[in-house]
Formats: sequence, C-alpha cells, structure tokens
Amino acid sequence: MITPLRGRRRRSQWTQRLGFALLTLSAIITTIPIVMIIFVILQRGLAAITPEFLFAFPTDGLKAGGIFPAILGTVYLTLLMTLAVAPLGIAAGVYLAHYAPATPVTRWIRVAILNLAGIPSVVYGLFGLAFFVIFMQFGTSILAGALTLAIMTLPVVITTTEEALRSVPNSFHVVSVSLGGTDWQSVRRLLLPQGLPGILTGVILGLERAAGETAPILFTAAAVYLPRLPTSPLDPTMALPYHLYVVSTQVPGMPPGIQFGTAAVLLILVLAMNLIATIIRSRARARRMW
Amino acid sequence: MTRRHGERLATLLIRVAGVSAIAILLTIFAFLVLEGTPTLGEVPLGDLIGARWYPIEDYYGLVPLVLGSLIVTLGATLIAVPLGVTTAVFIAEVAPRSVREVLKPFIEILAGLPSVMLGFLGIVILAPELYSRLNLATGLTAFTGALLLGWIAIPTIVSVAEDALDAVPRAYREGALALGATRWQTIWRVTLPAARGGVLTAVMLGIGRAFGETMAVMMVTGNAAVIPRGLGALFAPARTMTATIAAEMGEVASGSTHYHVLFLVGILLFVISLAVNLVGASVVFRARTRAERILS
Amino acid sequence: MPSLRQTIARWTVWIAVLALLTACGPASGGGSQGGPTGTIVNKGSDTMVNLALAWAETFQADHPEVVISVTGGGSGTGIAALINGTVDVANASRQIKAEEIADAQANGIEPMELVVARDAIAVVVHRDNPIERLTIDQISAIYSGSIDNWAEVGGEDRPIVRLSRETNSGTHVYFLEEVLRKGEKDNNTLFAADTLLLPSSEGIAAEIVYNENAIGYDGLGYVTDEMKVVAVSKSPDGPFIFPAADTVNSGAYPIARDLYMYTAGEPTPQAKAYLDWILAPAGQAIVDQLGFVPLRVAEAP
Repeated sequence: MITPLRGRRRRSQWTQRLGFALLTLSAIITTIPIVMIIFVILQRGLAAITPEFLFAFPTDGLKAGGIFPAILGTVYLTLLMTLAVAPLGIAAGVYLAHYAPATPVTRWIRVAILNLAGIPSVVYGLFGLAFFVIFMQFGTSILAGALTLAIMTLPVVITTTEEALRSVPNSFHVVSVSLGGTDWQSVRRLLLPQGLPGILTGVILGLERAAGETAPILFTAAAVYLPRLPTSPLDPTMALPYHLYVVSTQVPGMPPGIQFGTAAVLLILVLAMNLIATIIRSRARARRMW
Repeated sequence: MTRRHGERLATLLIRVAGVSAIAILLTIFAFLVLEGTPTLGEVPLGDLIGARWYPIEDYYGLVPLVLGSLIVTLGATLIAVPLGVTTAVFIAEVAPRSVREVLKPFIEILAGLPSVMLGFLGIVILAPELYSRLNLATGLTAFTGALLLGWIAIPTIVSVAEDALDAVPRAYREGALALGATRWQTIWRVTLPAARGGVLTAVMLGIGRAFGETMAVMMVTGNAAVIPRGLGALFAPARTMTATIAAEMGEVASGSTHYHVLFLVGILLFVISLAVNLVGASVVFRARTRAERILS
Repeated sequence: MPSLRQTIARWTVWIAVLALLTACGPASGGGSQGGPTGTIVNKGSDTMVNLALAWAETFQADHPEVVISVTGGGSGTGIAALINGTVDVANASRQIKAEEIADAQANGIEPMELVVARDAIAVVVHRDNPIERLTIDQISAIYSGSIDNWAEVGGEDRPIVRLSRETNSGTHVYFLEEVLRKGEKDNNTLFAADTLLLPSSEGIAAEIVYNENAIGYDGLGYVTDEMKVVAVSKSPDGPFIFPAADTVNSGAYPIARDLYMYTAGEPTPQAKAYLDWILAPAGQAIVDQLGFVPLRVAEAP
C-alpha cells in the first residue's frame, strides 16, 4: 500500500523551487533599496565632502561653507550620552545577568526594560523637555539632549550587557569562586572582561542609533545656527541629524550638494560605527575562550 | 576589611542600577501624566474625540491624529511583515552561508540608517516619483510614509524572527526530512509553526517600531489632519501623532492647553506602544539563543 | 598584537584628547572692539530665519564680542519662548496676540514690539499652471475647501492640492486671518482639513516645483523662478497686483504684512545695539538683498 510518490513528489519539488524563488525574491526586494539608498547618497554627496566642508562653519544662511559645528555637536552629544548610559546600563546588565533573584521584582524590571525599549523617540523628547529642560532647568542644552539620548539608549545597553554576560559559561564563575575569589572579584576580573566585546557591541550600536536620532534632541538641545562652538554642557548645539533636517526642509535655495553632503557624512558615520561593532564582534568570536 | 566594604559597595551600586530601569520608566510615565492630565480639565472630552485638529483655534480633536497613525502603521505593516518574515525565513533556512554573511550586514545597516536621512530621500526622490508614476494628487501621502516605515521596520522583524527560527531544534527539521518532506514543506509545516511565537513577537516589535517613528513620517506624509475614508485614504495625506508632537512642541508655551494636549498625545503613544510590546513579549521564546546571536 | 583592552584604552585616550582639543579650541579670538558684549538668543519665525541668520552673520562679523544664536520653529515658537523667558529676541511674522500678551504678563514679562521689515505673501502655483490671477475671495474659497478643482477657477481639470505652513507659523496665522477670513474679525472659516501642513517655506517650495495640482503661499523672499506667482486682487474687477517691494510699500498689494521682533521688556544692551543696527541702513540693505521689503529705501545706490 505504498502510494506512488512520483507525481506528488514532483509537484512538491516544483512547489519548493517556486517557494525558494519567492523567498529569494523577497530578500532581493528587501535589500535593493538599501543598496540604492547608500548609492544615491554617496554618489550625490561624496563630492561635497571636502576638508572645508568637514571643518568649516556654515555661511550664507547655511547654504555654503561646512558643517563642522553639527559634526562636533553630535560628537559632544554622543560622548556625554555614553558617559551617562554606559555605567548605569552595564551595571544594570550585570545585575540582571548575575545578581538578580528570580523574584517578581526582577520580572517587573525586565518588563520595564522591554517597555523602555519600545517607547517612541519623540516621547523621550517630550520627557526630556519636561524633565531636563524645564524641571531641572538645564535649558536647551547639550546636557539635556545627552541625558535624553542616554535614557533612550539605556534598554539597548542593558539587554546586550546581560546577554553578553549570560553567554559566558557559568563554569568560569564557579571555578573562580572555588579558587577563593569573592563574587565581585569574579564579576570584575572574569565575567566583565570576557563579556566585554558583547557589551562594547551593544554600546556602539546604541551610540549609532543615538547619533542619528533627531526627535529626542529637537526640543532639548538643537539649534539651527550657532556662530560659536558650545563651550559648556549647558549651551545648545547644532547636531548632524538635525542639520540634515534643517537643510532639507527649512532653507530655500539650498544647494543639493550641501544636502547630500550632510547626508553622506551622517551615512559614513553610521556605517563606520556599524563596521566597528562588526569587527569587535568577529574578533571576539575568534578569540572566544569557550 | 576594605576589600569587603568595596565589594559591598560595588554590589549595592549594581543592585541600585538594576532597579533603576523601573525607576526611569515610572518617572517618564509620571511626567507624561503630570503634564498631560490637566488636559482633561481644560478640554471637554467631547472635543477630544472631535474630528478637527486645529490647536490654534482650540480644536483639539484627536481622532484624525490617531487614525493617521493607524493608517500609516497599517500600510507599513502590510509592507514590512511579508517582506520581513520571508526574508527571515530566507536567511535562516534557505540562503547558503556565503549569501547569509552578506545579507545580514545589509539588514543591520538598514537598521542603523537614521530616519531623517530616509525622510530626506523621501522628499527629494520618492515623493515626486510616486506623484508622477501613480498619478496621485500629491506625492506626500500616507503611502509614502508607509513605504519608508515599512523598510525601517523590516530589520526589527528580520532579526527577531531569524532568532526564533534558529532556536527551533535541529531535530525538528531532521525528523521532517527523514520522513520524506521537502525542505520547503519542512519550513512551512514544521519550522515556522514551531517558531510562531517568536515570529509573532517579531511582527509586534516591527509594528511598534513603525508606529513610533517620527521624522520620516513628518517629512513625507503631508501632515494633513484628515480622517481617512476608505482604502484610497492610503494615497492621500495624513498626520500622525508622532509628527504632530514633533511639529508643534516647539511652538507651545509651557503650561498652556496646547502644551497639555500634546503631552496627552504623548501618553497615548506611550500606552499604545506599551500594549503592542507587551503583546509581543508575552509570547516567550527561548532567550538563551539570543546571546549567541549577539556574539555571532 | 595588542589585546582588545589595550586597543580600547588607546582609542579612548585619543578620543578624549581630540574632544579636549576641540573644546579648548579657538578661545574668544579677535581683538576686543569695545561696545556691547554678551549673547543674544534669537528664535522664532521660519519666514524670517534666513533674514535673522544673515543679520546675525553680518553683525557678528563687525562685533565679535557678541554671540547670536538663531533658531527657527515658527512665530508661535518664538513668542512662546518669549513668554517662557528663554529667549532674548523673538522673531514673528505676525503680531503677538492678546492672549499671548496676557500669558506673558502673567509671567511678569512685558513684550516690546519692533517692526523690522515688511513682507509680501505671494500666492504660488506650479510653473505650468495656466492660472494667472485670483481674487481674495477665490483664494479663500480654495483654501477653505469650497473650491476643489482648478476648473472651477478657469484652470485645467485637476484636483487642487492646498499647501500651507504649520500652525506655529506666523505666515499661516496671517494668511488665515487676512485671506481665508478676509480680515473679518468674526469670520470663523478654517483651512480645509486636507490642507497639507508643511514644515517650512522650503517644504512648500519643494512641493510646488513638481506638483501641478498644488497651490501654496510663501513669503516673497522664498519665491524662485521655478514657481509661478499669481496676481491677486481684492475684487473681481479690481487691479490684479503682483507682489513686489513697491506694491507692498504703496499698499497696492493686498497681502502684505509687517515683520516683528519682540523683546521681554527693555532689550539687553547687546540686543539693543543689534536692533538699532537692524533698523539702520546696514541692516535694511540685507532685508532688500533677501527679497523682503525694507522699512525705508536703502541709501546705498
């Protein structure tokens, strides 16, 4: 009673070929725009990136000159943000990976992190405005913007730290403690260094997102044009993503070179951070001791 | 002695940090509520469910904004879910290793592209193209926004769904193949159903991502606070809640009614994203494998 | 080969050094010229932002001790900031409203108004649109939604796509009051709900350039050759006037307005010097250059 498989088998082979073709098509459709975006921006923008563009101030109502203050502003914002988010986020990740008991409180913490991760970026901007700018009276400042970005990036850092630490085999910790080390020593000298590549990847990916975000800094830090570089964290600043927004929607007669040049700089920045994270990840995989 | 104190201090700080996530979430919610609820005293509820949003003349109807967000998110979902899930299946089950090594970085790059950059390309290239090719009244429509959002949401869906598919034990696939199923049949009848929890999470997270987007939609949807009527409304302008906040927040005097209403919109966004994420995460899939994904 | 930790340490040091260097960067350079020092925070009208930028750039070139930061955001934003006390000079392309004055006074701030330039609001359409002229009534009907098709005003059979600035724009408010509502105080006409609210004058310009169905309005300084300006008249037979500096100053063009700068009470010394300079021929020459209407004819030939 063996059913002849030939007809059915042939049909299912054809179904498979068709199905795989569709899947491949879908992957191609997904990828092509990415390639096109990078291509268009670099093609029209790369030519505008001269040393003057990178290091000079904008002139002629932003229609000429360079975008240095915007680049520097983004650097300041992300640096300050990292100073704020890295200790807190990594510590919280360590807590969840290593110290947290299996209690309802821990579950609430994880729920909280999950929700923080899903909040729209403009809501962070609102919170930053209400809390940092107005309530804490920082005003429109690098400090307010960086702290807002820090809170936004926190969930990413916590989650990746926790996962990086969890991936370190428990045997490491067990052996360390059995050799007489304290819990904290084991964390500090063994777990953290072993998990460092994963943690770094998370921080850099968080940085990458923060560097490109506009909504959180719209009401907390950004200015259209500042004639001088900010001298204190309480000054407002220009920033790269906001500058792209301004030159693409606010100034008539803007030369496309400036628009695409700004977009290209932002793109290269983002791609570079992506690349660094990938390199760290693959080097870590190669050196992994387990 | 000092070493023990140092250890105690370090442990204490770490515990505090752990709980800080809750503290921050609560603070955000508290401030939103603090600044948003005075609306209920200042604007009659009937106005809030009105059809007209024109704050400078005290028209605070939220309906066009909510529906605007809805229609753009819906459009984005219709684009991102099929493409995202099938691409995830492709990467996890079909693609040869070399292709996978190229494709995954591309998806990651897409995840990192700033939305203001996509919005810029939307204004400069996409909107005029759609206007001429689809013979629309204008290129600034909900559909333009949905296209951009769809692609923005795809990486979220792909990475989480791919994790879920990878987490399915190899034994499932091998068993099916041993029983004579083709790889295709295995994928659709064994692997995908086994991973459906994770795939559902992926879809929900993707929807949440699209729903919360601000800059790209603000730049390309035309920001007209209309109530969408029928499916054709997808090809007409719309105004999302996120774009409304971003566009109007700068103009409001702190403490004014408009200010409070915008915070109310923020509360709505917060609550809706919360709901979407909770639904997505309530379907648990094995977290263990995610760590390996991060480092691989 | 250096370990990962060493590499990270090295990079961190480099980045920190770089950040420190740029922060310490050019100290307040340039010889002191005497006169006012300090900062001026300038915020508000997007219509005026290019003008404000040009003023700020030129003024600071001569007075390096003064630092002026310029941001747009719309007239509403500027006035809101004035009420909140976070800005020195607010730019507005419309007059401050009574409620806003009341809000400011509630905060202990007495707004002081200064007219710094004049502007015409041009009604623009796509370059290939056959329409040449419109009356105020027609424009009002178009924007309020009563007229939906270009054929109804003598054009092609196309849907009308209405472009507008966002509600925080002084231009928007001015257009609402003087054109949609024709200056009538108790008129409650609103923009049609499907009016596109675009982030700035440039948003309108970008859309008009490719969209043949569109109609928009913009300050005169934002009109380019790629758009078509429509001649406007108050009445169906009346003279149809194009916006220009002379038609604005003579009062012939019906949609003209003053541009304002507001300060919280008496301006700070550096702000006062800045405002005085703006009203002087040097500042007004820049008004002329940017396509706005100077308050007095520029003295330089």
